[in-house]
Amino acid sequence: MNLAKRRVARLKLVLVILFFILLIWSASKQTGVSIAELLANFSNMGALIDQMFPPDWSYFNYITQAMLETIRMAVLGTTFGGLAAIPFALLASRNIVKTKWVYVPFRFIMNLIRTIPELLLAALFVPIFGIGFVSGIFALGVFSFGVIAKLAYESVEAIDDGPLEAMTAVGANKTQWIFLGVVPQVVAPYMSYFLYCFEINVRAAAILGYVGAGGIGLYLSRTLGFLQYDRVMSIILYTFVVVLIIDGLSNRIREKLI
Amino acid sequence: MMNTTQKKLLFRRLRNWTIALIVLIIYIWAFTGFFQNFELKASAWTSAKAIFTGMAHPDWSYISDPDGEDLLHALLETFNIAVLGTFISALLCVPFAFWAARNMSRFRVVSSTGKVILSAIRVFPELIMALLFIKAVGLGPFAGVLALGFHSIGMLGKLFGESIEDMDFRAAEALRACGANKFQTLWFAVVPQVLPQFFSYTLYRFEISVRSASILGMVGAGGIGAPLIFALNAHKWDRVGIILLGIIVMVSIIDLISGSIRKRLV
Repeated sequence: MNLAKRRVARLKLVLVILFFILLIWSASKQTGVSIAELLANFSNMGALIDQMFPPDWSYFNYITQAMLETIRMAVLGTTFGGLAAIPFALLASRNIVKTKWVYVPFRFIMNLIRTIPELLLAALFVPIFGIGFVSGIFALGVFSFGVIAKLAYESVEAIDDGPLEAMTAVGANKTQWIFLGVVPQVVAPYMSYFLYCFEINVRAAAILGYVGAGGIGLYLSRTLGFLQYDRVMSIILYTFVVVLIIDGLSNRIREKLI
Repeated sequence: MMNTTQKKLLFRRLRNWTIALIVLIIYIWAFTGFFQNFELKASAWTSAKAIFTGMAHPDWSYISDPDGEDLLHALLETFNIAVLGTFISALLCVPFAFWAARNMSRFRVVSSTGKVILSAIRVFPELIMALLFIKAVGLGPFAGVLALGFHSIGMLGKLFGESIEDMDFRAAEALRACGANKFQTLWFAVVPQVLPQFFSYTLYRFEISVRSASILGMVGAGGIGAPLIFALNAHKWDRVGIILLGIIVMVSIIDLISGSIRKRLV
């Protein structure tokens, strides 16, 4: 009995491994992976990296304005998305809205929104709002909405039922119930998710300009187009420094929140 | 005279007000910039309408085309790029993970440099990475595979490193006390503990990689991104609609499957 079970488990493992090998093999076949080609042309890449150094230090001054715009995009995008996420997060929670046909569709919408990459959203907003950071803000807003709403409704579902029951027992209405029973319990995680999403958005905002949605990415695509690789490196370094600073600050605040 | 509690209270109130003020200033700065530059183009409404009508009537004929230039082939290529990219990074990130784990080296400097390198890799945009690799191996999905493979090291290395840091060392110690050599302790005490998390993180990264792979084509690194950017530039919204639909369906299915596997793993 035990032996048979073990044999089945082993067979399953072998099948999984076989499937996995087949997957990797067919994928590498279809994408034309060839290590030889990579090694043969590695020097091309080396030459490109060589052109990136030394970075154009004088360029830093020039792109500071764009960097600030990138941060502004991230701030506003996260804020709009985060605010829009609040009612949706509440409507998608099983313990707030008890009817299934309300929370299931809301979850479905949120899941759909989260599948769309930000760059694609930005590319869709650019024809509407024009080239510039407004399109970026809306793209980041929609993306943040998906992320924050999902994380928030999960933490709403994890709250302690005790205070809610007590409030119902003393006759609180639905608004009081939400604002005094639910909200105080989820403010801290919500802020934490908000900051987390802000961190993601700063990184994302830095490349959104590639499709015309403002920020430093605009300069990235421009310098890449003109083959000014030393300037590309300056932009990357600048982004790196800004992201490190923002991540550091946001991490410290988040540690205090939880 | 103020006692210490009052002082502490005053200090805390002062701190909160300062934080509120800073946040307020950031928002004023952000919003003034927003309203200065915000203007709706006259054509905004018409283009929005064109986009929505196009997306509401997706170009169904694009799904499958005998010539091979169709949605299903492009999606399959995207999927393949994500699979291989994740596979490469899952292999390559292991040494980085051990490098960045604080409990694996005696000196803090070693793990700190490892962490800085990992975050540098994370910040380096995939699109630029793809452009670099396009220079090396030419346009096509292989460049996308390499770009994803190297970019994902940053995130996977960080996550693996953290799970190594959270590891329980009693099993390893017990084995060493029984006289197991370094390889044996690694194989019987460290690996079984880390493996489920390792697979779970890899799957999670795979979900993200599928999304990334679908935009890498915008710079010519294979996958669905190339037909997407062509359709976007040509304002063929019905084509954009079907591609978007394809991405949404593929990502949702992959998320669903990968999520259920991850639930079973951990």
